Amino acid sequence: MTTTTHTHTAALALGDDALVLSHRLGEWMGHAPVLEEEVALGNIALDLLGQARILLSMAGDEDELAYLREERAFRNLQLVEQPGGDFAHTIARQLYFSTYQHLLYARLASVEGPFAGLAAKAVKEVAYHRDHAEQWTLRLGDGTEESHERMQRACTALWRFTGEMFAPLDGLDLDLSELESAWLESVRSVLERAGLAVPEGPRTGAWRAGAGRQGLHTESFGRMLAEMQHLHRSHPGASW
Amino acid sequence: MVTLTPLEAELLEVAGSVLDPELPVVTLRELGVLRAVHVRDADTVDVELTPTYTGCPAVEAMSLDIERALHAHGVREVTVRTVLSPAWSTDDISAEGRRKLREFGIAPPRVRKAAEPVGITLGPTRTRDASADVGVALEPILCPHCGSADTELLSRFSSTACKALRRCLACREPFDHFKEL
Repeated sequence: MTTTTHTHTAALALGDDALVLSHRLGEWMGHAPVLEEEVALGNIALDLLGQARILLSMAGDEDELAYLREERAFRNLQLVEQPGGDFAHTIARQLYFSTYQHLLYARLASVEGPFAGLAAKAVKEVAYHRDHAEQWTLRLGDGTEESHERMQRACTALWRFTGEMFAPLDGLDLDLSELESAWLESVRSVLERAGLAVPEGPRTGAWRAGAGRQGLHTESFGRMLAEMQHLHRSHPGASW
Repeated sequence: MVTLTPLEAELLEVAGSVLDPELPVVTLRELGVLRAVHVRDADTVDVELTPTYTGCPAVEAMSLDIERALHAHGVREVTVRTVLSPAWSTDDISAEGRRKLREFGIAPPRVRKAAEPVGITLGPTRTRDASADVGVALEPILCPHCGSADTELLSRFSSTACKALRRCLACREPFDHFKEL
């Protein structure tokens, strides 16, 4: 494959991560526990949507890619497509993903390459996403018995989706094991300070065929896409 | 620094005087988002605009307002391009822009003191304050209403992604703080 093709592959994967998580966070609009949190999740979703537009535009036409692809053509991590669940699930997903994305963008911003410009810009925004997730993890883990139990359950439930973030990806020339160690160290530290047990067990599924990066998704993803795409598909070419 | 022709300087002035659609007291020039104006021929102009945040929805409104202002100034064809590098920072907001924000009731972002060594928090061993990641010396955020330094954070994100919601413990008024980026 040419360099351009590699860049497309990576842009599509990272763009899909941002797009899908943005949509999942958007599902909280009108449902968040308090108004401030609704606004926070909405703003994080908006940051991610901005990243998605730039990344998908590197891979093709942003609207076609977002609205007209089938489930198997999406290359996002299975982690980001997981349903919001209760608020603790959303925070656990944010903790795992924003820590990864912050570490990833910091590395992409530090070397010359097709992603350096976006990464240098977005890393500063994602620092706030990571801070938001860490603060909530501490608050829920070290909160009431109920909040602790739910946060623990959420962290454990999503643990098996966290290995995929460090699988090799064409177009990303990075030391992934170094990235993974930094991620593990950071997440462990937050969980420990929150009084939560670091989940045990495998961090990837048992299925050898791969996961989201290979277009293999979990059950609820199709329903999410149906909701995300139906308006565009029902009214092709419509504009305001 | 690229030397501007008198015409480019004039058009930069026109485009730069457009007001931010979300913060209509600050001009695009004061906000630091207008990067360049290039005159291609007699009545064709390219404008370079950088977003504050990657997902900022105000960019489209800004582009339209710039086009409108330049058309009104007699430019026939205007193309506004969005540029990402170098990334915008709140340090790009001018002193005048900060003053206007404060008067508008928004605590302006604190300026990084580039000359001083800045404590960078590396590693995961403490709760990272996101502002530490952008190297901000942590001076207090002053209430834009009464000037008190005794304020507390209510939410890391406010009416827009670029602001946090705080409350003044002296005058009890809530206010937005333009976060350092």
